[in-house]
Amino acid sequence: MTSPIVPSFDAPESEGRKLAIICSKGNLDMAYPGLILANAALGEGIETHLFFTFWGFDIINKATMGDLKFSFVGNTAMHLPGSSMGIHHMLGALPGATAGATAFMKKQIAALDVPEVPEFLELLSGSGCHMWACRMSADMNHLTEEDLYEGVEGIISASDFIEITDGAQLLFI
Amino acid sequence: MTTTTIAGHEVEVNEEGFLTQPDQWSEDLAPELAKLIGIDPLTDKHWELIRFLRTDHAAMGETATLRRVSTQTGTAVKDLFVLFPGKPAKKMAYVSGLPKPKGCV
Repeated sequence: MTSPIVPSFDAPESEGRKLAIICSKGNLDMAYPGLILANAALGEGIETHLFFTFWGFDIINKATMGDLKFSFVGNTAMHLPGSSMGIHHMLGALPGATAGATAFMKKQIAALDVPEVPEFLELLSGSGCHMWACRMSADMNHLTEEDLYEGVEGIISASDFIEITDGAQLLFI
Repeated sequence: MTTTTIAGHEVEVNEEGFLTQPDQWSEDLAPELAKLIGIDPLTDKHWELIRFLRTDHAAMGETATLRRVSTQTGTAVKDLFVLFPGKPAKKMAYVSGLPKPKGCV
């Protein structure tokens, strides 16, 4: 009798795979890619580390994480969602444009049942994600661990992060 | 399409080994599928999740993602990783005789 065909969920070749993502941007549209990729990696059983630095600090700062914004100023490829009709990016500088664009993007994200940033961090934390805050960014902003999302394991230096992520595949966002 | 025999049940599977016909699955097949991927025995909590996945798939036409399973059943994500270690979303889908989830989150 032949043995049944079974998915190789715990294939040895993927064992020990490690992913590190550096989140350096605090715009709504730049926060999600890192969080989504981290979630995907965790779901595959991959050890995942996130390092929040510079504007990416806003993703884990309790004061800002629920209120990230999307602006299309500077995005010369801007167009209406689902349409090829272009929007001049400088229109994004008009009063209310950022608020409107942010609200619209949040609506689109919610429609896909993708959580807002604070709840997303909970999801990652529950999945065993390692989250680290950048020492220099904390010092520049005069922030301590108290100000950060509880799931953040610590405020560490760049060299600590490099040491922790030895052998990891790395993404800079 | 490939067929394979699991504990006397002949089922159609894709190239990865996931069942492709949800109606070829039955509750007596679940413990056999679970055993093949190292989950033995299935507890009441496993069963609660499997039954949710089956009902949800029938209603929605697609397999629930990990987050959906967590929010809809009120099970902490952390516990899902304990019950179906490593790759919970895929393992839950496999044991439930469903395709792996397509959604990103």
